[in-house]
Amino acid sequence: MIDSLARETLLEPGGITDDGLASVLGATFGRGTDGGDCYFQFISQEGWSLEDGLVKSASFNIERGVGIRVISGEQTGFAYSDEISLPAMLEAGRTARSIASAGQTGSIPVRPGAARDTALYLPDDPLGSLDEARKIELLKHMDAVARAADPRVTQVICSLAGVREVVLVLTADGEMVTDVRPLVRMNVQVLVEQGGRRESGSSGGGGRSGYAFFTDDDRAGAYAREAVRQALVNLEAVDAPAGTMKVVLGPGWPGVLLHEAIGHGLEGDFNRKGTSAFAGRIGERVAAPGISIVDDGTMPGRRGSLNVDDEGTVTQQTTLIEDGYLRGYMQDRLNARLSGTRSTGNGRRESYAHLPMPRMTNTYMLPGAAGPGEILASVDRGLYAVNFGGGQVDITSGKFVFSASEAYLIENGRVTRPVKGATLIGNGPDVLTRVSMIGNDLELDTGVGTCGKEGQGVPVGVGQPTLRIDGMTVGGTQAA
Amino acid sequence: MILDHARSCGASAAQAAVSHNVGLAVTVRRGEVETLEYERDQQMGLVAYFGQSKGAASTTDFSPEALRQTAEAACRIARYTEPDPYAGLPDPDEQARDWPDLQLDHPWDCPAGRGIDLAREVETAGFAVDPRVDNSEGASVSTRRAMSVLGDTHGFMGGYRSTRHSISCALVARGDGGMQRDYAYGTSRDPSRLPAGEAIGREAAERALRRLGARKLGTRQCPVLFVPEMARSLIGNFTRAISGGAQYRKSSFLLDAAGREVFPRWMRIFEEPLLPGALGSAPFDGEGVRTRPRDLVTAGVLQDYILDSYAARRLGLRTTGNAGGARNVSVQPHPGEKGLQALLSDMGTGLLVTEMIGQGVNLVTGDYSRGAAGFWVENGEIAYPVEEITIAGNLRDVFRGIAAVGNDVDIRGNIRTGSILVEAMTVAGD
Repeated sequence: MIDSLARETLLEPGGITDDGLASVLGATFGRGTDGGDCYFQFISQEGWSLEDGLVKSASFNIERGVGIRVISGEQTGFAYSDEISLPAMLEAGRTARSIASAGQTGSIPVRPGAARDTALYLPDDPLGSLDEARKIELLKHMDAVARAADPRVTQVICSLAGVREVVLVLTADGEMVTDVRPLVRMNVQVLVEQGGRRESGSSGGGGRSGYAFFTDDDRAGAYAREAVRQALVNLEAVDAPAGTMKVVLGPGWPGVLLHEAIGHGLEGDFNRKGTSAFAGRIGERVAAPGISIVDDGTMPGRRGSLNVDDEGTVTQQTTLIEDGYLRGYMQDRLNARLSGTRSTGNGRRESYAHLPMPRMTNTYMLPGAAGPGEILASVDRGLYAVNFGGGQVDITSGKFVFSASEAYLIENGRVTRPVKGATLIGNGPDVLTRVSMIGNDLELDTGVGTCGKEGQGVPVGVGQPTLRIDGMTVGGTQAA
Repeated sequence: MILDHARSCGASAAQAAVSHNVGLAVTVRRGEVETLEYERDQQMGLVAYFGQSKGAASTTDFSPEALRQTAEAACRIARYTEPDPYAGLPDPDEQARDWPDLQLDHPWDCPAGRGIDLAREVETAGFAVDPRVDNSEGASVSTRRAMSVLGDTHGFMGGYRSTRHSISCALVARGDGGMQRDYAYGTSRDPSRLPAGEAIGREAAERALRRLGARKLGTRQCPVLFVPEMARSLIGNFTRAISGGAQYRKSSFLLDAAGREVFPRWMRIFEEPLLPGALGSAPFDGEGVRTRPRDLVTAGVLQDYILDSYAARRLGLRTTGNAGGARNVSVQPHPGEKGLQALLSDMGTGLLVTEMIGQGVNLVTGDYSRGAAGFWVENGEIAYPVEEITIAGNLRDVFRGIAAVGNDVDIRGNIRTGSILVEAMTVAGD
């Protein structure tokens, strides 16, 4: 059904048949090339936003195109077209193959590639999963919940976004794989004011489903209450400490630590090129005993999940770190081939106009045995950070940051005053060796992450249990 | 045509923007071609108004059918959105009628083969600097030409072409303390103004090498000197804080700050949108409104905000021709004759910041905390490289605490500033 939907959306409007594709493949991927693919994509997306209590603006966008990538050894030639037709494909293919001094092969027949047995999400169009009036109602509900939560709320901005992506990957040897990917997201940002002081809070979530995700269990209302709660906490926040101290990270979104400290450094491209601080360290201890981290593209409905990656490889759960030892990297096809291994289903791209590369899906740490209360009680003095903005890493030196947006001081085993947001900085290859307690409360984030690499953004997920780290640098302003 | 579609769907007013880009990018790594990318993008965006209600839609498919559907989508959305008294096209009197040629279009006849040769030269020059430079993330050459056209139902119609060409290189050096990566680049609208490829390669190598052996610092308060590339991001936080959206949403630490002293008395920041050949230049803004040179800060006092017509109406002000943002924001060097070396001497002992990572800026409160790397400076001389530290403060204090702006102005972006010396910030490390 997905196959026929993808053909109907991507191939039929341009009158493209399997025979036509076979001749394009033959003309593009002849002798002298080492693979590549044609990536067909149709994206329709919408965004609705509410401000001052009114839904005043909304947008709808369509993108359609095909990207053709020709690989020869370590070289990649790439061209794309926003017209999906055989002549446009032949032209793009001719351009892309200019890197290879290759001969042509009459034609390469098209055949189905491997598919996932049970889909991780339904191919329904999220944009049509709710009518326009109900989308507006949903935003107004979120706004009303936030305003009712506290009289100090002065401003509420809410957004609702939906994307439907239809993807068809045709590999150089004729394997055809398709996927239809829904993705929805809601966000809320509130401003609170008290005695001339203003603070903000934000929350949100989403996943690969329709908009019913937000009405189930009133998630929209829960995001609104959460944003207000954070903003009110920040109204009381004092200056954050500066210096190296014990840090307890809450469960869920603080897993952005793993994404930055470990995740990027374990992507296959940086390791093949030897530019990652983790290059050549498979089998070595890079984390404390008890720490196991996986990248898992197979979690039903999650923001970072994919039935197949953008190279047509069925996604999997990949063990990155097992009981503290480095076990594996995340690979796409190109880097896997050049490293003598197999793709782990991590080949992703922002769109047909971008080249794929190894990227994370949902990256998280498996739970340990300690109760979160027990972990906090064990710290005499430190920082308890429960919410974060984004992070960034220098792959080569291994230094990474992530910025707390809700944090508290821990004094004598008790969580005391809230402190202002501060950036935490550490060294990827050793930060996890300083983990001294692992919570039993694994949580995944609510579905808000977007990872940027070389200018390409892709949706991802992160997660972790409560963690105690004995020594991270906290970038506040108050001498500790 | 697309505007006619919108009209025929019942729109009372509409604005359409069309862009078309063609480009080529090559990357060479360790002497071999790694990627050769041909770019070709087009997009049409439409905003339709039904009275005070608004809808927007865009498409990359330019078939008549797709354009018609896009117009219908914008109009359909506008029927659902609620009226906003401030919505609408700009006042036609504010729009540009004619405009100078800003010399933004300088196509580069750079076929793939020539780009590859140039990228090889860049990388080779970098590797030749020192045997410790033993790895590369590649050298890239890219060229891009764009055409953009804007029209609205008030009768505005304008368009222009522009080009942007870049050479960049990222190299990895290996030493006792591990590996360090750094990069260098040149970018310009005019290829004849790009720096020599070899110079970029050498600079990338030298920058990676000088970071080897970096250590942490102890936590302290000290003066901080930002090199121009980093100073740019400080000024970027200022322009975001005085943007119309941040003002009318009351989400700025510089709320209602016009007329107030935000920087030291000697400081001047101005916008030069009509500077010929500059990267931020444009003859009219994203709504067709005339762009004009003006002061944002005079004698340390904030003069005005950065407004499009919507934000202006909300604030009861007039548009400043900044739909799409500020253009060529320039910081006047002061005391005027000092480059980086002189500012290092002025600082004496403190931190020279050459790289920052992470977000860590809260525009609502001005709280600032970012990851940093650079050099510890003693008696005006670089002592040793430092990393894994943060710098923090509140931007209100940081801005007022600026002690000097260097004349080493970096013009490779939309914000043009020299090095900036700040009297004191908190550095967190060991």
